[in-house]
Amino acid sequence: MKRYSFLELAKNALSAHKNWGRQWRAPEPKAAYDVVIVGAGGHGLATAYYLAREHGIRNIAVIEKGWLGGGNTGRNTTIVRSNYLWEESAALYNHAISLWQGLSQELNYNVMYSARGVMMLAHTVHDVQVAQRHIHANRLAGVQNEWLTPEQARDYCPPLNISKDIRYPVMGAALQRVGGTARHDAVAWGYARGADALGVDIIQNCAVTGIRRGPDGAVEGVETAKGFIGAKKVGVVAAGHTSTVMEMAGVRMPLESYPLQALVSEPVKPAFPCVVMSNTIHAYISQSDKGELVIGAGTDQFISYSQTGGIHISNHTIDAICELFPHFRRMRMLRNWGGIVDVTPDRSPILSKTPVPGLYVNCGWGTGGFKATPGSGHVFAHTIARDEPHAINAPFTMDRFRTGRLIDEAAAAAVAH
Amino acid sequence: MSQPFRTEKGGRIDRAAQLTFTFDGEEMQGHTGDTLASALLANGVHLVGRSFKYHRPRGIVSAGSEEPNALVGIYRNGDQTPNMRATQVELYQGLEAISQNRFPSLGFDIGAVNDLLSPLFPAGFYYKTFKWPKSFWDRVYEPVIRSAAGLGKPPKNADTDVYGNLYAHCDVLVAGSGPAGLAAALAAAETGAKVILCDEQAEFGGSLLSEAGASIDGSTPADWIAATVARLSAMDNVTLLPRTTAFGYFAHNFIALAERVTEHEADPDPRLPRERLWQVRAREVVIAAGAIERPMVFPENDRPGIFLADAGRTYLNRYGVKVGHKVLVATACDTAWQAAFDLADQGVEVTAIADMREAPPENLISIARARGIRVEAGCVVTGTLGRKRVRSALLGRLMTSGQVASGGQVDCDAILMSGGWTPTVSLYSQSRGKVVWDAAKGVYVPGTSVQHERSAGAAKGLYGLQATLEDGYAAGEEAARAATGKTAVITRATATGGEAGSGGTLGAIPHDRNASRVKAFVDYQNDVTAKDVQLAVREGMHSIEHIKRYTTTGMATDQGRLSNMNALQIASGALDRPVPDVGLTTFRQPFTPTTFGLFAGVSRGDFFDPVRKTPSHDWAVENGGIFEDVGQWKRTWYFPKDGEDMHAAVARECKTVRDSVGLFDASTLGKIEVVGPDAAEFLERMYTNPWKKLAPGRCRYGLLLNDAGFITDDGVIGRLAEDRFHVTTTTGGAPNVFATMEDYLQTEWPDLDVWITSTSEQYAVAAVQGPKAREVIAPFVDGVDLSADAFSHMSVREATFCGVPCRLFRISFTGELGFEINVPRRHGQMMWETLATEIGKHGGTLYGTEAMHVLRAEKGYIIVGQDTDGTVTPQDAGMTWAIGKKKHDFVGKRGLDRPDLVAENRKQLVGLLTKDPKVQLEEGAQITVSETPATGTPAEGHVTSSYYSPALDRTIALAIVKNGHALEGSTLYVPMPDGSIPVEVTGTVFFDKEGARLNV
Amino acid sequence: MLLVYCPYCDVERAETEFSCRGEAHIARPADPTQTSDEDWVDYLYMRSNTKGLYAERWRHIHGCGRFFNAVRDTVSDRFLKVYKAGEPKPDLEAIAKEAGK
Repeated sequence: MKRYSFLELAKNALSAHKNWGRQWRAPEPKAAYDVVIVGAGGHGLATAYYLAREHGIRNIAVIEKGWLGGGNTGRNTTIVRSNYLWEESAALYNHAISLWQGLSQELNYNVMYSARGVMMLAHTVHDVQVAQRHIHANRLAGVQNEWLTPEQARDYCPPLNISKDIRYPVMGAALQRVGGTARHDAVAWGYARGADALGVDIIQNCAVTGIRRGPDGAVEGVETAKGFIGAKKVGVVAAGHTSTVMEMAGVRMPLESYPLQALVSEPVKPAFPCVVMSNTIHAYISQSDKGELVIGAGTDQFISYSQTGGIHISNHTIDAICELFPHFRRMRMLRNWGGIVDVTPDRSPILSKTPVPGLYVNCGWGTGGFKATPGSGHVFAHTIARDEPHAINAPFTMDRFRTGRLIDEAAAAAVAH
Repeated sequence: MSQPFRTEKGGRIDRAAQLTFTFDGEEMQGHTGDTLASALLANGVHLVGRSFKYHRPRGIVSAGSEEPNALVGIYRNGDQTPNMRATQVELYQGLEAISQNRFPSLGFDIGAVNDLLSPLFPAGFYYKTFKWPKSFWDRVYEPVIRSAAGLGKPPKNADTDVYGNLYAHCDVLVAGSGPAGLAAALAAAETGAKVILCDEQAEFGGSLLSEAGASIDGSTPADWIAATVARLSAMDNVTLLPRTTAFGYFAHNFIALAERVTEHEADPDPRLPRERLWQVRAREVVIAAGAIERPMVFPENDRPGIFLADAGRTYLNRYGVKVGHKVLVATACDTAWQAAFDLADQGVEVTAIADMREAPPENLISIARARGIRVEAGCVVTGTLGRKRVRSALLGRLMTSGQVASGGQVDCDAILMSGGWTPTVSLYSQSRGKVVWDAAKGVYVPGTSVQHERSAGAAKGLYGLQATLEDGYAAGEEAARAATGKTAVITRATATGGEAGSGGTLGAIPHDRNASRVKAFVDYQNDVTAKDVQLAVREGMHSIEHIKRYTTTGMATDQGRLSNMNALQIASGALDRPVPDVGLTTFRQPFTPTTFGLFAGVSRGDFFDPVRKTPSHDWAVENGGIFEDVGQWKRTWYFPKDGEDMHAAVARECKTVRDSVGLFDASTLGKIEVVGPDAAEFLERMYTNPWKKLAPGRCRYGLLLNDAGFITDDGVIGRLAEDRFHVTTTTGGAPNVFATMEDYLQTEWPDLDVWITSTSEQYAVAAVQGPKAREVIAPFVDGVDLSADAFSHMSVREATFCGVPCRLFRISFTGELGFEINVPRRHGQMMWETLATEIGKHGGTLYGTEAMHVLRAEKGYIIVGQDTDGTVTPQDAGMTWAIGKKKHDFVGKRGLDRPDLVAENRKQLVGLLTKDPKVQLEEGAQITVSETPATGTPAEGHVTSSYYSPALDRTIALAIVKNGHALEGSTLYVPMPDGSIPVEVTGTVFFDKEGARLNV
Repeated sequence: MLLVYCPYCDVERAETEFSCRGEAHIARPADPTQTSDEDWVDYLYMRSNTKGLYAERWRHIHGCGRFFNAVRDTVSDRFLKVYKAGEPKPDLEAIAKEAGK
């Protein structure tokens, strides 16, 4: 793999950039691999990368129905943070943060991890209680998170409307300074290039149509559009399509796939310095390096694989954005799109072995998978390589739904009284 | 008049109406009917902006909404709206426009140094560098990149304009009003169908507005348009929406339109919205979105003065503006020739027509020759000169070998180019239809309809005026028939002229220049060149989506409408795969950038989310109540007296309730009436508690779980009769409890004879709590014996309050003697004012939600959602007493038996007392065994509620603690940033543990 | 914004009048005490989440308030059949075949 650097860029400028090599190959699949990863999104590619890099397994294929990084990896709002409530979650996402911090160097690919801070707004007394609980829990767990008064929040994010007269005034905010954003495509591409250089075959435009199991029930390989591909181990990292793929192995999943929308404005000069999220009024927003305001909207109420959503969903989000940032009302939406998010009953992911020997699953990231990409791939690689979970993902089993040991981030923000 | 490029006559502008406007502070003149672009061109202004990455000087390219370059800021009322397309901004008196993305000025832009450094900035360069040193990305590199990027400056002030919202239904929606659209609308309307016709432009007519030569039914195009629009507007079943873009095509034929209502006016009527969102459910849709011309990708094809050929024609024929005095026409298709002829006819010097085709149609050549225009066949533009405006072009001759030989240089002050036409398939694509490749025409056209729509005319690749009209009539007729089943004899017009042309090219134009030195732009705004696309392919980006994302081609504000097809062809060449194999990126809504305010509409301020108020609301406002938001409700948080802060007010309210009496508005609690022979059985199944033996007139605390076994809600339930229960829920939980009840009742137990009705809004509820509560209510209540024996704790009666029927509960959420009076909501204010006055006489107090929380915490009453969080079981909460032991089943019972719910070491609800009674714990604070826990120590639990208790004159707290019930009496720690706070684990009841105060 | 047909009211109305309540035909076990943990988790959480035809529950929450079932193609979001609660689950394959014609 040719290293990327400014010097290399300058050198190549002299030859009109005609000598850059491929970032990844387009190989034909071999008859069999040690490990087949189904799904070349960020999580799948990261899994392959760490399998090759840290576990010495080089005979790996990542099989992708479409183009790599084309699912939720390329459709999300690129937020990175780790200020989750439960220790299990905080450990997982904080593991990811520690990898984010050196990822551009590790991959020799600028993934543009930008620790510009993620601010989560509190609008009600209940929100304040929930935010404080997060901050206390995070402090004990060693996860950076701090409380800001409305004035401090406005100082950190000058466009924020902290007027007391709005429908849901800002009562304060929890700020995670190490949170921020990263460039979503670069994450997929960086891992793809890194994995490819370690010998991983990334096979695009090749849908998996079946999972073959032997007489002992164990996985033998996958049926694909390009024929059968043998595999000792199969890791399914198929996001919204996980239920469909797991069904091929006869495994039912506690998942539902919803359309999630996001949108960007036309690009403007720097107007927004950080990431702001509001769970209560359903809005999250940041500004990309290109200058677009990147805004996350909600999910439709029904499952769908259409990668589009209803206009009333994005209307609702824009309502909230305009309420918090009234001068953005004259900005314009440039593009709106949808992803398919796989949601578990407790809104936490599954990173786990399955009842089928040799079959592993990484799914259920719901609306928040991007931020976990490096950590998820790292511990999932460990799980596949050792056939046992890493300490960090040990709680994220499928079995927790049977036992009732949920990791319920949503319930922790429950609103009643 | 100093508009050197204005024609002597012609065009649709009103020459009598002179308007003054400014561009970057310079005053200029234009006319009503001009766009900002046409007015600038009339004044000879071509340089209007700078490109995104290289800050190259850029001019107006098009005359429509696809404009990538001429983006300006429009000043109005002291603020600016960025990125407005000058080609769509209608001129008005006093319009102020500024150029963007330049510093210090449009003419001299420091950012242009990027253009010199461009060899260092190929596609995706930022992925390869800026990685070292690590800390520099967000501190140094990124801020520099960010300030260089972006286009206009965002608005500074809150937008004071209003935006409207309308829902509409129609039989046929026609999007686009060119010949096909007008014909379709007319045909559909003549059947009697309800028709909406919209067009993004200020005038209907589309391409016909620029058509000079043709005639329809013997009239000029302009007259035919006028007559047709007049006919349509006279029909009651037709809604005409100019300045209205169909920007989104959603599921089930739901189409969103953006109407610009006042933007074009100098003095907008303040009563009108700036824009209006139309959300239309159309039975059938006709997409008559037309086609747009493709630029030619030759070196330096981006200089100011280089236009799409049809734009040149539009400026001439529609706006009376010459794009130059000396114009070169470079084309690969017939239609650009007509532009050359029109220009020549208006006295503009056409220096040459360079057609890359070996043999352009003979008839065109002879018409050109007749006008004395030099014609060069097999000839391409291989480069241009002129920094801020094109001043000459290099020509090249295409050799049979595929090579290009130099063809000399021609002077020109404008170039019109045409690479052919691309049907506008955006709306079709948004409807989830799959476009198909038409190899003969070299374009993507709409394929099978997925929703109830059809494309007509140029939008499906059909050209020629007569053919387009016919297709429009047919589409309108067919749509109307599909929508209503009706047909009619359609009046059809016949056109002459406006013939379809042939020809077209895709991708990069061959040239004889040093390929590594020149830039031939594919995507103008994002500065993507043919080389960038080739580089992306070379680096392994083989999917068109990868190419798009890596190079950013097609990601500019025109969403690739000008660039996609050329990029695709270049990628196809680099990949050595046919175009249809490379694919096409998906078109997304909105069709053109659409104002956020339009989406938000009236949802602002108080309309952002409905405010729910209780009957005491206005009274509380007048009496100084401070409110908190609980869901959509405004609830009084506390009632400060003169000079009191919150702490003092709450302490006084609590103390007064315990000492005498307090009045609290409990109207927000959810209320559900459960009625029917099986009402008790239904509650038996829903709630953990037993209900069958509860006597009428008695109440019981009910605990609701989900089937997973976790607490979801609670509330007191009163039995009014054998077959009638009054159920209360938490304020926030009311809708969910009701929905859950309906769910189980309708889908699991449809055999039960029960009706449930949400009555939350039917009653106003006043809670009178405290030792003097009975004295306070007694004068007003009739029909019930209030004595302790006759009406004991946890009883309910139907009675009257001031003569109004009421449901009187004797219940308590404070631990004091308490009553809750439910009266019909319309009497709520009367009840509230009556009681508030009476309370005063007894030295009582009004109290708000905060005091309510303190009082209930002193008694260890939980708040679901605060002391529980969706992972808490009745056992955890110390409420096994609420479970009917003999019940075979209830919602959640089976869930409670699951392994983790019966495991050891679950977190349980306890009380906490700080060793120092003055120290108040923070809610949400964590609890540890160690006084000095290391980072990463798992917490034993957390503080759920924490208050200063006036009754105990010390702080109290509730907490969820691992194995907490067994830890009573032991010491734990609450680690805070400045050290740990030692706490003792206690029971959850802090005050009146025996409950003596309840039964008086 | 889907257009949903309510079989009780016999009207088509905008989706915002309705509440989608997930997969249909998942019955609560008749006797939960006799149900294994595995079967209980199936009832609680396991869903087909089908890409294709899916039978799901809707409630006309801002109308008649009643539950009904619908077969919808989760790829195109088209409704293919709407039926009242309590009616048996239709043959999805047959519906798919019919729609494919």
